Amino acid sequence: MNIFFQTWPWYISGFIIGMIMLSLIYFGKQFGMSSNLETLCSMSGIGKKITYFNFDWKSNKWNLIVVLGAMLGGFVAVHFMSDPTNVSINPKTIEQLATLGIDAPNGKLAPDVLFGNQIFESPKSILILLIGGFLIGFGSRYAGGCTSGHAISGLSNLQLPSLKAVIGFFIGGLIMVHFVLPLIF
Amino acid sequence: MKFIKFLIVGFIFGIVLTKSEAVSWYRIYEMFQFQSFHMYGIISVAIATGIIGIQLIKKNQLKAIDGTPIVIKDKEKGSARYWIGGIFFGLGWGLVGSCPGPIFILLGAGILPVILVLIGALVGAVLYGVLKDKLPH
Repeated sequence: MNIFFQTWPWYISGFIIGMIMLSLIYFGKQFGMSSNLETLCSMSGIGKKITYFNFDWKSNKWNLIVVLGAMLGGFVAVHFMSDPTNVSINPKTIEQLATLGIDAPNGKLAPDVLFGNQIFESPKSILILLIGGFLIGFGSRYAGGCTSGHAISGLSNLQLPSLKAVIGFFIGGLIMVHFVLPLIF
Repeated sequence: MKFIKFLIVGFIFGIVLTKSEAVSWYRIYEMFQFQSFHMYGIISVAIATGIIGIQLIKKNQLKAIDGTPIVIKDKEKGSARYWIGGIFFGLGWGLVGSCPGPIFILLGAGILPVILVLIGALVGAVLYGVLKDKLPH
């Protein structure tokens, strides 16, 4: 039963994620999470002002249900399937984070410095999360997909555009982690 | 009832991404520091599984659950949108350590500050919708 509480190995996790993408294909859909952002915008009625969002969001309802399921899954996994050995990242990474003043995981998924509830009192932290989200939303819609739509779905279907996007993801991520994060923290 | 299968797939997705820690800011940071194989392993195995599955689907011309032939659309050709959009996305991914799936999963898990990331992401999507025709694709 231990397997439920430990960190799941990459080969099992990767396989299940691949199967999730394939089952959505079998259901006649495609695996892609960032299109939900557009669906949520469209639901708000913004399509009356911005034609890009003027589409029938109900045709994407299935994907919002996937999101709802994913939220429930996240809730169950964090509250009933976690233990303090989780997120045992490389000790060197922990050391490096300490020099930036970022707290070690100790079983948590995200650092308190960025995701603790006290950040609501820090304009700097609020701004970091908003800007990060903005880059994710703008970038994934500009590129027409994110990790699920391009890295998993697109590369599985040997799509050259997805390869370009994924290389872009890594260029952006490497710049952020190696050059920008040390300036922020 | 026709939506229950999507709820189940989503539920499994949420559990796997959480238990594999792909939703963890730390794992993304560690990945971009090349200090662990974990994330690379997850992504590679997922893609390998996908490539084999899609080849089997195409070779055997499998039908979808409703009996219609499975059609997997190709991505639109182009370069600028993929490179530029990709780099924007990567900058955000490296900063807050979550892509769109994990944003929702972490919110479901009760990590409240992620709501700010979601708000930012929605604003970003809206801005793309506004600027779309002016941007190179």
